[in-house]
Amino acid sequence: MGEFEVHRVRFFGLVPAGVRCLACQPRGGRLALARTDGAVEVYNFAANYFQEKVIPGHEARSVEALCWAAGDRLFGAGLGGDITEYDLARLCVARSVDGCGGPIWSMAANSSGTQLAIGCEDGSVKLFQVVPGGIQFERNLDRRKGRILCLSWHPSDTHIAAGSIDVLRVFDVCSGQTVQRIMVNYHVHKVKRECIVWSIAFLSSGTVVTSDSFGRVQFWDWERGTLLESHTVSTSAVLSLSVSEKEDSIIVGTSTGATYQFQLLPVKMGSLEKRWVRTKPFQHHTHDVRAVAHSSTALISGGLDAQLVIRPLMEKIQKKGYEAALRKFTFPHRRLVSCARKARLLLFQFSQHLELWRLGSTNETGKDGEVLPLCRMPEHLVQLKSKGPEHIYCSCVSPCGSWVAYSTASRFHLYRVQYEGDSVSVKKVPKVPKLLLPAYQLQFSADSGNLFVASARGSVHVLQLLEPGGCKHLHILQPPSGCPEAVYLLAVSADGHWLAAVSGDWAIHVYNLKCFKHHCTVPTYSCAVTALAIHPITNNLVIAYSDQQLFEFSIPEKQYTAWSRTVQNCGLHKVWLERDSPITHITFNPKNPSHILLHDIYMFCVLDKSLPLPDNSALLMNQSTLKQLPETARQRQLHAFKICKKFQPLLFADLLDENCLVMVERPIMDIKTQLPLPIQQKKFGT
Amino acid sequence: MVAPVALRVVRCGGGSLHGARAVFSADSKQVGLGPGYLLCASGDFVKMYSLATEETLRLMGGHADLVTGIQLNPHNHMQLYSSSLDGTIKLWDFMDGIPIKTFTVGSKLLALYTLASSEDSVFVVIPKSGERDTFQLVSVKLPKGAGQDLEANELSVVLDGVDASPKHIAFGREAEYVASVKDINLQVYFFKQKQLHRFSVSAVKTKSGNNRFSCVACHPTEDCIATGHADGKIRLWRNFCHKKEYTFSTLHWHHDTVMDLAFSVEGTSLLSGGVESVLVLWRNESDCQKDFLPRLGSPIEYISMASDGTLCCTLHTDNRITIINSNLRFSRSIQGLIKSADIKTGLVVDPRTKALVLNGEPGHLQFYSLQSDQQLFSLDIVQRQYIHQAGLNQIDLVKVAFSPQGKWLATVEEREEVTDPELQLKLWFYDEETQSFKLNTRINMPHEDHITDMCFRDMDELEDDSLILVTAGRDCVFKVWVMVEDTDPEAQQSVSWSCDFVGSYHNYQATNCCFSEDGSLLAVSFEETVTVWDSVTWDLKCTFCHPPGKIRNICFGRLTCSKYLIGATDAGFLCCWNLLSCALDWSAHLNILVLQPDPLSEHIAAVSWLSKESSLFVFKPNEPRPIYIQRNFCREKIQLAAFVPRDEPETIGSEKYLWLRRSQLFFLTDTQELITLSMKSLEERLTPSSKQLAVEESLPVTPFSLLLGKHRHQQSQEDIDLGRVFLRNKRAQDSPAVKELLHTPAHVLPSASFLCPIFINSLLISKENKSAEEVADEVEMESEKTEDDSDEERDVTEMKQEDPSPVELLGEMTCKLSKSQEKELRKIRKMDFSWISAF
Repeated sequence: MGEFEVHRVRFFGLVPAGVRCLACQPRGGRLALARTDGAVEVYNFAANYFQEKVIPGHEARSVEALCWAAGDRLFGAGLGGDITEYDLARLCVARSVDGCGGPIWSMAANSSGTQLAIGCEDGSVKLFQVVPGGIQFERNLDRRKGRILCLSWHPSDTHIAAGSIDVLRVFDVCSGQTVQRIMVNYHVHKVKRECIVWSIAFLSSGTVVTSDSFGRVQFWDWERGTLLESHTVSTSAVLSLSVSEKEDSIIVGTSTGATYQFQLLPVKMGSLEKRWVRTKPFQHHTHDVRAVAHSSTALISGGLDAQLVIRPLMEKIQKKGYEAALRKFTFPHRRLVSCARKARLLLFQFSQHLELWRLGSTNETGKDGEVLPLCRMPEHLVQLKSKGPEHIYCSCVSPCGSWVAYSTASRFHLYRVQYEGDSVSVKKVPKVPKLLLPAYQLQFSADSGNLFVASARGSVHVLQLLEPGGCKHLHILQPPSGCPEAVYLLAVSADGHWLAAVSGDWAIHVYNLKCFKHHCTVPTYSCAVTALAIHPITNNLVIAYSDQQLFEFSIPEKQYTAWSRTVQNCGLHKVWLERDSPITHITFNPKNPSHILLHDIYMFCVLDKSLPLPDNSALLMNQSTLKQLPETARQRQLHAFKICKKFQPLLFADLLDENCLVMVERPIMDIKTQLPLPIQQKKFGT
Repeated sequence: MVAPVALRVVRCGGGSLHGARAVFSADSKQVGLGPGYLLCASGDFVKMYSLATEETLRLMGGHADLVTGIQLNPHNHMQLYSSSLDGTIKLWDFMDGIPIKTFTVGSKLLALYTLASSEDSVFVVIPKSGERDTFQLVSVKLPKGAGQDLEANELSVVLDGVDASPKHIAFGREAEYVASVKDINLQVYFFKQKQLHRFSVSAVKTKSGNNRFSCVACHPTEDCIATGHADGKIRLWRNFCHKKEYTFSTLHWHHDTVMDLAFSVEGTSLLSGGVESVLVLWRNESDCQKDFLPRLGSPIEYISMASDGTLCCTLHTDNRITIINSNLRFSRSIQGLIKSADIKTGLVVDPRTKALVLNGEPGHLQFYSLQSDQQLFSLDIVQRQYIHQAGLNQIDLVKVAFSPQGKWLATVEEREEVTDPELQLKLWFYDEETQSFKLNTRINMPHEDHITDMCFRDMDELEDDSLILVTAGRDCVFKVWVMVEDTDPEAQQSVSWSCDFVGSYHNYQATNCCFSEDGSLLAVSFEETVTVWDSVTWDLKCTFCHPPGKIRNICFGRLTCSKYLIGATDAGFLCCWNLLSCALDWSAHLNILVLQPDPLSEHIAAVSWLSKESSLFVFKPNEPRPIYIQRNFCREKIQLAAFVPRDEPETIGSEKYLWLRRSQLFFLTDTQELITLSMKSLEERLTPSSKQLAVEESLPVTPFSLLLGKHRHQQSQEDIDLGRVFLRNKRAQDSPAVKELLHTPAHVLPSASFLCPIFINSLLISKENKSAEEVADEVEMESEKTEDDSDEERDVTEMKQEDPSPVELLGEMTCKLSKSQEKELRKIRKMDFSWISAF
């Protein structure tokens, strides 16, 4: 693997925001997720649950409910009182309509996706028509006191069930009248405490399922207004509930972090009598599970501990493999850290500010595994706060460390950083050219002379940076055939000759920067690109896809390299393909041209192209066993993948110079300490 | 004289009750019985208990090996099937206690199941032929022959690879399927579809233990299987008719293995039990709705439900049976000899109640009545909460001694720690008012090391304050404890105990101690040597040894043989020393484990262990030839033995068994089974009263029957009081009035007003009272006579003792000294001793 001096960085104080709501696209392969800071993310099931799209949050725009309507249009509603439609191509808010009912607590779309119902603070349920180019207010349903916390349409679109405090109501959509009103707190009469119906679901059989703050999941017959079944699953509140499309399984999430599955099972073999039975409990979260979703093959839950957990249903999965693995996502599938290699600086991107740090240094050397004492501590140089309520989309620091750029939804900022001894001065570059905002990715050229700004419609802006602090718009690179989606990944070659850009439709375009011309398109592959980089010597483009495939594409020759073809012929190792987090960064070692350095959240890998690929019988993570073998045996056991799992969770890894690495870790425990205390639970034996 | 009857080895209690789940007799309303009976497999027997009185009503014996399963005949609720390791299935009429049929299957039967739907076959678990440790569930067709003994050869295999335990197989609703668990696998076989489904749980060991299945139960009306696991979880499996879409939910409360599970009759609730001694009731299969019945005393081994759902019972590892109401209220408990982890106290007889006293529940002393096979009471000695946790060193009771009249009880408890044992000696005083023992003195660390033996001085005629307790310890000393007046005015009691004398011998560990019958001599064994001490002056009188071999047991001879000291060494020698000549009289090469003198005669019983069989030798010390030898009377290792004095001497024909006249000999095997030697047949041993009770209980309960029952009960009690002689004519005298009333046809009966006085008269007590008094007088006279007898005997023995006493007294002149002088002398002696031992 080779020995490196490693900067083990743990001062990136990122605290991911908790998951607020989830929405599965009906009959589709996507999952929309909203976080407590207002960010909306879209995961693609087909692309191994890759976090395909991220719309950063907004201070004033909290999202309480998400729903898909009219096919693939995504709507959100929040306590701001607005209904927002998201533009998933440009990754920003498309339009926003005031709900006129105060804060909106809930929103649901009917089964055909033509109508939206919202539940408001003032107790009203309003219907909106989904029309091309927006939504239109239709009418109010019968209004009563008490905020509407949850809503559910009957699959036939004739009735709406709404949960409020102490009560659930059923509305007739045609007449708009309340046709049933059921008191939920009936059983708790000794001590009168209000019972909050947190979540509701209307089944086609006419059964209404509610989950409430007393930890109960109850099944009601709405026509008679009677309780059919009541299951107490927890001592604390059951916050969320989701029904499978077949209506034979329900997942609920509680405030203790546990999720439970209910299944509709026949009481006896062959008989028609069926009953809801609580079956599997899962404890993957430490905090409130505010959102759950039920896809056809998995139970999905999101909690305030920022985790998104995808628990596959074994019985629904045909073959054991990647699909059958339990997945937990805490961190975004993209880089939040950029590194100035020459200046040894790290730029950390938070939701509303940036931090620039100088790495520590040491003059001592040591053996493998030793911790070296620092002679200079890492230094927090600058904190840049973004102005306004918008969150940061992307940021970058130039390799020389003297330029810092970031972009929000409506503004682009470029700063000139100057170092005079120990003091640092930051100067905003005035008169940045007007660009098509937002920018989705920023990339400086290796000589810090140019800045590439990834933008909407597949375009990339090229800015020239001028000393002592100015810039000039040089060119707009655009794919020849046009593209509706935004560019989300950029890679520039070390010699400044080539630029590769990936847009939301997963097409990779390579541009020649000398003549600002489109050079070629990498053959499309049916999966999302998670990372790419251009080799500094050979100008080969290395691409990592979300299904863990690796490709090497020779830009000058406009074709896949021989090594890439061997990889495709032999296939990658099974264990490698079954990893559940995508490669987020690729870099190279100029001293060892055959080495590719790549990493995901859980491992760092040096891929040595000169060594044979491992077959499925070999051990993939063999570094520790190799160490114990004698030299001759070691030579036989060597294979291309040299994997190190020492640094976890790994947010960023880069090569500073030929034998110096920087690893940015964010220990889960550090995040946990930043979260509020979980609900106290008595644990046996403590 | 008739030909001598052979002594029979009779198992009379203890053993293990957990061969199988207990069975309730059928619903009381259905059959018209009283509260019903509980049937329980116990060793080679099936025991029948009355649920009303907790009494053992019947002991059904006939199997030659352990009974492994009992089930009611589903087609006749008065019949019971039982299976045994001896390869037979027996069908019993348990109301009469007679075997109806015996079906010989041939191979070992490890569990038995009956199904209502299968007309003539039962299911058993048998070892798979040719393979070790693999078992299969087979159905056995029971032939319908006429004879008593039938061969059942028609076996058909239902499931392979099952586990041997009866808890690992359960039959589902309406016998649709059978579920079997083994290790981490669950197999479900559907009879109709002939489908076998296998499920398994992950084999990984979690931090809370492993995942293995420990028991299984099936829902009575739904397709639901409950399984218990070694890590304390209960899984409820559903939808298992699909290979892939099966599902289960988990209930978790137990922290250790779930020992047994049982569904209620309707299936609405589930009972579970384990080592925590808590019965947990899960309602609606919900984790949040559970009720507990805690403090059941000991780990639960089996749970069984009555067929009408009104009662359930738990069998515990210590042989206790607890009967629990359907509302999870403790109803009653049936406890015979409580099984203890290790009997360290030995078998001691309480002089007051003649009960056997030994370790019971952890830290408790149990008083076990041999007559009724019931626990009289349990005395909490340690008085600390017992925590059920593996690997925890808890304080345990190790030694017990009663003073001769049973007025004082000495107990020793210790915490088993190798380096630093924690010891406590407690002395208890019998409080006549509360009828129980009261703690008088507690002595912390009476010895530096474990106490090996303890005894009171056995001097009947002496005053109470001359009572002496001797403890021998591994710290190489023996200590003498005496009562002293408590000078502290605030003290609640007048006396307390304190150490009076400490003796040692060449820094050897003291292993046994024993007083001679008259209390004048104390024998203490120090490893290889027996030392004999004067109990007044604490002089070392003489020493005996029989090298090589350390002394295992010692005892003095009694009555005419009081000049002998008997010792057994672990080198396999039984030695008899003459105290007068200070020489070895005789010795025999025997590996003696237990040496037990009869307190009422000269006889000494010795139990040897040779080539895996126990043999009994009864001898008198004055002659080396044993009077009675029974070789190989028991397969198990005899751990302890005790002579229990009979209430009245038995009339024994054969001279060979004269030694059994005054006392009965009981043994405790290492499986904690109590066995005795008896000449009577099995039926005689059961008291007639209990038999009658069984009949009586079969009558429906009406106010009239209650009245009559009381009447009869009185009678039967009288019968017992009077003995057999009075029984017949009393019956004859009394019954006509009642008989007439009951048996004359109604249409010829005179008017009720005429009958009433006759009936009432028959019930009057005045007449009975008189006779009872008379009888009581007679009984008293009799007992006086026996007392006289014994007095005479004692006189005789005393006279006999006069012969040796001058010899013994030869060197003993100090007894004439005053007490103060004595004490001074003692002090000097002590100093002397220490000085000598320093050399």
